Amino acid sequence: MPKEENIEVQGTIVETLPNAMFRVELENGKVILAYVSGKMRMHFIKILPGDKVSVELSPYDLTKGRITYRFK
Amino acid sequence: MIILKSPDEIERMAKACRIVAGTLRALEGVVRPGVSTREIEEFVEKMVVAKGAVPAFKGYRNYPSSICTSVNDQVVHGIPSSLVLKEGDIISIDLGVFLDGFYGDGAVTFPVGAISPLAERLIKVTKESLTLGIERAKLGNRISDISHAIQKHVEKHGFSVVRAFVGHGIGRLLHEEPQVPNFGDPGHGPRLKEGMTLAIEPMVNAGGYEISILEDGWTAVTADGSLSAHSEDTIAITRHGPRILTKTV
Repeated sequence: MPKEENIEVQGTIVETLPNAMFRVELENGKVILAYVSGKMRMHFIKILPGDKVSVELSPYDLTKGRITYRFK
Repeated sequence: MIILKSPDEIERMAKACRIVAGTLRALEGVVRPGVSTREIEEFVEKMVVAKGAVPAFKGYRNYPSSICTSVNDQVVHGIPSSLVLKEGDIISIDLGVFLDGFYGDGAVTFPVGAISPLAERLIKVTKESLTLGIERAKLGNRISDISHAIQKHVEKHGFSVVRAFVGHGIGRLLHEEPQVPNFGDPGHGPRLKEGMTLAIEPMVNAGGYEISILEDGWTAVTADGSLSAHSEDTIAITRHGPRILTKTV
């Protein structure tokens, strides 16, 4: 049985939370909870409120995401 | 996290997968004009239970049936019903089995009686793309090498690869990481390691790749009404190359 593919969206960081978690406002207006991907942690990429980022969402829970890229 | 399986665990998975393969093969004699998709489901349930295993789909995320029966423009997740197959139809049957703690997952697209040359070509190309994808599933390659091989072959024949659904890791859960799309540039995604067990499942449309979901919340159909075929095998990555646990192709 196939899985539904993850959805990639863009958003802006609204709030920094403990444990590398962030509140992100997506382009569609929704605000979700997201964590930083391991690859970004590994390269010590800092994320601050106001940054524009790419977020990967599971179609099975659209309220939680994974931050995969920070735009310049 | 991608879970790697020990040789022992892969043998346990192989048992579940053999039941998937045997059942799909047995369906060749069952799928014909006049048979309803529910009758197909009952046949499968009987056979799987007789072998001591459990059909894996029923109740999974509230899916109502033991198998998926997707006819013609239905791509995947068709729900068995009183729909009767007629000459010229194509039907893809997706079956998951749970046995001894592990899952097996496989799918085959069957012709119903005599079908059009286009339908025949669609089924053949889908099967071939699965084979070509599996060929790329060796140590050192990355997931998208499989994806790219599938996409290349499908598009070479003028068909399109469904984007919305993907293959997946499989083991103690029906769906594990990683996702295995059937499209993309090569060289991306996790590296293939010994002990990875994946379900590779190209879904191919004769027309465009867009799909929509029907009101039942499950059945996916091609947006343009074109035919769709589906082939799936569960494989294990070994140091000697990919090992097809379900051998349906």
